[in-house]
Amino acid sequence: MAKMTEIRWHGRGGQGAKTAAIFLAEAVLDQGMHSQGFPEYGPERRGAPVRGFTRISDKPIRLHCSVAKPQIVIVLDPTLIESASAGVTDGTDVSTVYIINTMETPAAIRAKLGVKGGTIHTVDASLIAQECFGRAIPNMPMIGALTNVSDVITLEDVTSAMARRLKKKFSQAVVDGNVAAVERAHEEMVSE
Amino acid sequence: MKQLYVGLTGNEAVATAFKQARPHVAPAFPITPQTEMMHKFADFVADGAVATEMILVESEHSAMSAAVGSAATGARTFTATSSAGFALMWEVVYIAASLRLPICMPVVNRALSGNINIHNDHSDSMGGRDAGWIQIFCENTQEAYDTALMCWRIAEHKDVRLPVMVNYDGFIISHTSESLHILPDEDAWKFIGPKDLSNGYSLLDVENPITVGPLDLTDYYFEHKVSQMEAHLRAPKVILEVFKEFGELTGRHYDLFEEYRTEDAEMILVIIGSTAGTAKDVIDEQREKGVKVGLLKPRVFRPFPAVEYAKALGNAKVVGVMDKSVSFGGHGGPLFTEIRSALYGLENAPKIHNWIYGLGGRDTGTDQIVDLIGQLQNSIKGKKTEDVNLLGVRL
Repeated sequence: MAKMTEIRWHGRGGQGAKTAAIFLAEAVLDQGMHSQGFPEYGPERRGAPVRGFTRISDKPIRLHCSVAKPQIVIVLDPTLIESASAGVTDGTDVSTVYIINTMETPAAIRAKLGVKGGTIHTVDASLIAQECFGRAIPNMPMIGALTNVSDVITLEDVTSAMARRLKKKFSQAVVDGNVAAVERAHEEMVSE
Repeated sequence: MKQLYVGLTGNEAVATAFKQARPHVAPAFPITPQTEMMHKFADFVADGAVATEMILVESEHSAMSAAVGSAATGARTFTATSSAGFALMWEVVYIAASLRLPICMPVVNRALSGNINIHNDHSDSMGGRDAGWIQIFCENTQEAYDTALMCWRIAEHKDVRLPVMVNYDGFIISHTSESLHILPDEDAWKFIGPKDLSNGYSLLDVENPITVGPLDLTDYYFEHKVSQMEAHLRAPKVILEVFKEFGELTGRHYDLFEEYRTEDAEMILVIIGSTAGTAKDVIDEQREKGVKVGLLKPRVFRPFPAVEYAKALGNAKVVGVMDKSVSFGGHGGPLFTEIRSALYGLENAPKIHNWIYGLGGRDTGTDQIVDLIGQLQNSIKGKKTEDVNLLGVRL
């Protein structure tokens, strides 16, 4: 049987949920893994709730449907947790891993999520992004946090893939800032 | 040959293949979800990676008109569209096939209005099934890339000379990044090769002046339609030759349709496009439980290989055909009526049922396919009789 990891991203338009879902899918290819990265399309408005999906497997991926039961849920905007329509806990179970971009503690987030099981991790990715590269866009730091709780990709593979990708468009300072943000989020993530 | 392992969306993959085909001309008009494909191709042109002359037109009707004019000069030509854009070019889509012009066109499948819906179903391409084009459908990004390379060899072949539609599912394939293997530019070019200008006709050939698309009334029109019909009869042989050569080159082997675990199957699902992939996972699970179910995935829908379908499906007890488009007032969707017709007259023909599913991008998860297989089991037990059914809809 294939070993497949399914990740669901929750963000708001402009926070980079789509970019992160696709970036992660492409970054794992260097390890010979198979992947899919896709957003859930709707009216594209800055600030509107958006979802993205990443599938990673050691076998070719044939599924072409939404991720119904994610093993990992990554939330880029903590205000989505209390929005029923955002569906942050849809299809989750006692083994689901949550990574939340927030200033709050995992215990506080657990109360807001209203879930009994699962594992909750938090990191202030927006603050880290603001301090490292001057813009509070949390998507890349959240991938740094992911490397702390999942073996789908290592921190080193994320930073090298990111540097490779960003170098085409941005200055070395921007690349360094993003790499630093990913490393900080990896370090500063708080677990229950 | 060393291939590159990359992550690309369906649109990026097709744009890459078309860059590798070095087309002379590409008229372009945007429509979601096709836009990103032409956008990416325009990037290649702007970067000097391909020397295609792009024509920015004011509508899809003009895009296909410009493509017809360009192809009639002998230039390798493509355009791309979706949904309402395809509907707007309708008149000229027929003309492209009637004039036997080897235009290639991705149709990034999207529902038709109204109401306005940007998501995937097959209403657009299925509506165009009688236009005279070859239609090839793709399951995933890899197939979309491969088909976008192979379509030129099929369209421009002297025994065919027909336009080809490369169909892939909007968003589900067009905007999903998937891992796939692509050919280096030089190897792709070696496979496709330059357009053979001695094959066909050219408006620019002043030594041999011709008239293209004149009045054609009761005297010859019918004979010209027959020549189009005959080109479709010749096409499968050429398509299979091209598929075979591509398979030897890349290790990726294609056929007019794909059979998945059908050898001893009592039940066979017939599914076009991306949902066929989802069904394969379900079939593997069901097989673990001893359920004898398989899948037949049409690749080439026009021309329709009816004899081959009858052979592939004839030994099943029941066939479930899934249609991602509806023929309003008809007895089932376009794929169902076609397959049922192919099975007619067969000794001990399987029972056959149709499910309309996924309209307007309605998600089709594994649970829906499990449910459908359960209904097929009921059919074998004689407990199901309805020909035409719905899947994943609120009633």
